[in-house]
Amino acid sequence: MTVFLTIIVIALLGITLWQMSKIVRLSQGVGEDNSQIANDKDNNTQGKIMLAFVTFFYILMGYCFIQYRSYFLPVTASEHGIEYDRLMMISVVLIMIVQLITQVLLHYFAFKYRGNKNRKALFYADNDKLEFIWTIIPVVVLAGLIIYGLFTWTDIMNIDEEEGDPIIVELYAKQFSWEARYSGKDNVLGKANVRFIQGINTVGVDPSDSYAMDDKITTELHLPVGRKVIFKMRSQDVLHSAYMPHFRAQMNVVPGMITEFSYTPILTTEDMRKTDYMVEKVETINTIRKEKSKELVAKGDEALEPYTFDYYLLCNKICGASHYNMQMKIVVESEEDYNAWLKTQETFQTKMSAQAAN
Amino acid sequence: MSATAAHVDDHAHDEHEHHHKETFITKYVFSMDHKMIAKQYLITGLIMGTIGILMSILFRMQLAWPEEPFTVFEVLLGKWAPDGVMDPNAYLALVTIHGTIMVFFVLTAGLSGTFSNLLIPLQIGARDMASGFMNMISYWLFFLSSIIMVMSLFVEAGPAAAGWTVYPPLSALPQAMGGSGLGMTLWLVSMAIFIASSLLGSLNYVVTVINLRTKGMSMTRMPLTIWAFFVTAIIGIVSFPVLLSAALLLIMDRSFGTSFFLSDIYIQGEVLHNQGGSPVLFEHLFWFLGHPEVYIVLLPALGITSEIIATNSRKPIFGYRAMIASILAIAFLSTIVWGHHMFVSGMNPFLGSVFTFTTLLIAIPSAVKAFNYITTLWKGNLQFNPAMLFSIGLVSTFITGGLTGIILGDSTLDINVHDTYFVVAHFHLVMGISALYGLFAGVYHWFPKMYGRMMNKKLGYVHFWFTAIGAYGVFFPMHFVGMAGLPRRYYNNTNFPYFDDLQDTNVLITMFAIMTALIQLVFIYNFIYSIFYGKKAEQNPWKSNTLEWTTPVEHIHGNWPGEIPSVHRWSYDYSKTNENGEYVIPGQDYVPQTVPLQENEEEMHH
Repeated sequence: MTVFLTIIVIALLGITLWQMSKIVRLSQGVGEDNSQIANDKDNNTQGKIMLAFVTFFYILMGYCFIQYRSYFLPVTASEHGIEYDRLMMISVVLIMIVQLITQVLLHYFAFKYRGNKNRKALFYADNDKLEFIWTIIPVVVLAGLIIYGLFTWTDIMNIDEEEGDPIIVELYAKQFSWEARYSGKDNVLGKANVRFIQGINTVGVDPSDSYAMDDKITTELHLPVGRKVIFKMRSQDVLHSAYMPHFRAQMNVVPGMITEFSYTPILTTEDMRKTDYMVEKVETINTIRKEKSKELVAKGDEALEPYTFDYYLLCNKICGASHYNMQMKIVVESEEDYNAWLKTQETFQTKMSAQAAN
Repeated sequence: MSATAAHVDDHAHDEHEHHHKETFITKYVFSMDHKMIAKQYLITGLIMGTIGILMSILFRMQLAWPEEPFTVFEVLLGKWAPDGVMDPNAYLALVTIHGTIMVFFVLTAGLSGTFSNLLIPLQIGARDMASGFMNMISYWLFFLSSIIMVMSLFVEAGPAAAGWTVYPPLSALPQAMGGSGLGMTLWLVSMAIFIASSLLGSLNYVVTVINLRTKGMSMTRMPLTIWAFFVTAIIGIVSFPVLLSAALLLIMDRSFGTSFFLSDIYIQGEVLHNQGGSPVLFEHLFWFLGHPEVYIVLLPALGITSEIIATNSRKPIFGYRAMIASILAIAFLSTIVWGHHMFVSGMNPFLGSVFTFTTLLIAIPSAVKAFNYITTLWKGNLQFNPAMLFSIGLVSTFITGGLTGIILGDSTLDINVHDTYFVVAHFHLVMGISALYGLFAGVYHWFPKMYGRMMNKKLGYVHFWFTAIGAYGVFFPMHFVGMAGLPRRYYNNTNFPYFDDLQDTNVLITMFAIMTALIQLVFIYNFIYSIFYGKKAEQNPWKSNTLEWTTPVEHIHGNWPGEIPSVHRWSYDYSKTNENGEYVIPGQDYVPQTVPLQENEEEMHH
């Protein structure tokens, strides 16, 4: 493979050089205009290529939107995501309208007014009315977008612990893994600082804080559907970012301070798996994985496991060599399942006394 | 003003008379002539650009064929690619240095440094920069910083690898990653020197534009290139010192145990003593430069294309005053939008609202510029020289890339596309590709002025069209990969089966990237070949109005052999006609700035 690629690269380089020298020779033909300034013939050809190019560009755009439509994220799994998706849709449509109009004008004008000796350009330096119009249109459109965006932003970022009986969960980041700390029955997280990290106390919970006793530290994030959750985020070493794309949620995790994000999950993992989108997507992915597995087995490696969808949280701020594999599974389930799962998790107190007993 | 100019004229003229003995060293190495310094900037920038683009090809190969062994990796990366498989640290280092080199060394110094130096004295009618000596120092500091940056690639523990934004604590702690040791120190030293170079250059540009304009060259008669360089220099002076302070504080955190950016850190089984600092502070300081930097890169490109589009459309630039107003508005707004890089950094969400507001405001002058370019083409007599093609290409990528800024600048929408490939696609189109097109346009257009020879136009056409197709082929599909939620700076995506179906697209992007990079060889070949064997240029090959084309083809110290010409009109009198429909100068569709107002001619109040 490598040798093959190297040969291709060298061959391509050779062809490039050969073609270039040929072009140079051709362009220096005897008796021809070799001023290296565009003449009418060049203008004509280049103008036509402009038209061809804009056609290529439109096909590329169309191809991307059709072929890659499955790349867009599935329906949102969080409440605020509905607003988010609507705003995104409006923005994308607006952008594409402007894009399609301006690009075609730009390239079409380039084609239409390609120069020749007989053409006379129009001396047209100013038009206040025209300029006013295309200043005011973006102003109005952008004002609309800004206002819509700001309302949504305030809704998302206004994190009120008093409202709607939220569960409080700490997301704890370190090179290169995540942990979650549930606040337990009292719904208050115990105090914590990196200076308390010792042995089994990996997230630095203050062992003398009574609120900390019922805290539960887990390596998977389970959330009950329909219940607001407030994340308090801490990092023990460098910047990380807790990115949960299916929930339209992201917040950096900053050592030395606590950052927050909040959302209400509205779609359980099971429900998401059943959506048409996800069934199709998982099928595609498994076909790809099967193909790849065949190659791997032929090479004597292990085959890839078939994929089932799970929500995930991933690190989205460069944090070191294994940044690319810093993830945590998220499970959204019914309130009963959630409670049952939580019961199986040990409290901080039990863990600490177990450590002391050893 | 005119009195000062006259005085300077006499003086410079005298100097020129006595200044004929030039050695190789003073002419080509430690030159104080702005034209030579411009060429030095250009060639250093192009060499750095070659390194930067080569790096991008290496990591794009890793992304397309994850952990596949390649001989190229083994040869170029050595111990960083055991058995030809790229190491994750090497990947991050490549991404980091690619970003640093392209943004600062190619698009800041290579673009603004080259053309500000070349064009400011020539287009305003000055013998040289206000201080030739400072100008020389500026280049040599830039050269030194380039050398240090390249040297850092060969450090034992690897070069800086914390991303080009070098956010601490990652960049501050050698325990966090190998690249944050000596590699990072060299990065910071190199950048500190680079900033000094940039400041010396910028101060010189500002002073020159304000003081050394020739007689008649009022501010509203200046070509838009000069306006762009002038305003760019001002933004640089305002914002680069802030980056210097960020770099200095980071050096102190790293080497002298201070806690400006560090607090509560437990790493490698050890609690660090640092307390009370905040990485968010660094982000503010970094982006206070970082965002204006985008415009430091872009405005010169826009200035260059304004000039080239007008000349090659044989039409005045549409809305000259609106263009100046847009440049000024962009410059002002660019210093108060930096927070849009930090919507999810943990800063107060209210600040996010303010930055959304200012960010979307900046779309307005940008839109005005785009519309004005399109109108300039309308009913023109377009001459498709390679420079013109690149200028039109710039308008196209500027629109495509700028529009997605509306999504990223909206704090709400940023939540889910922040730090994904959507961002990568956006900024590469709007500042990377656009500014590169500006650089290429500038080189093709002013090559006759720099080297007295013409570049081959056919090779120019080949270069442009393949680059244009390649650039969109790389970056348009990339938006969709980002929309899928694929984070940037991931060494591979195989740990997330969810991203498996993106792999084909990643291969496609890499193919386009390799093609685009290879076609740049055509440019390099054309550039070097034309320096020595290109067709000899005439004095004003593009039939342009600006002053630089009134200087002789052969370079002389002091630019004009006789007196400095005076200016009688703005630089955009292309295809201007009298009331009877005849060109102002019969048979000639342009009126150089040095031509006095003709009989029957109406003066424009643009």
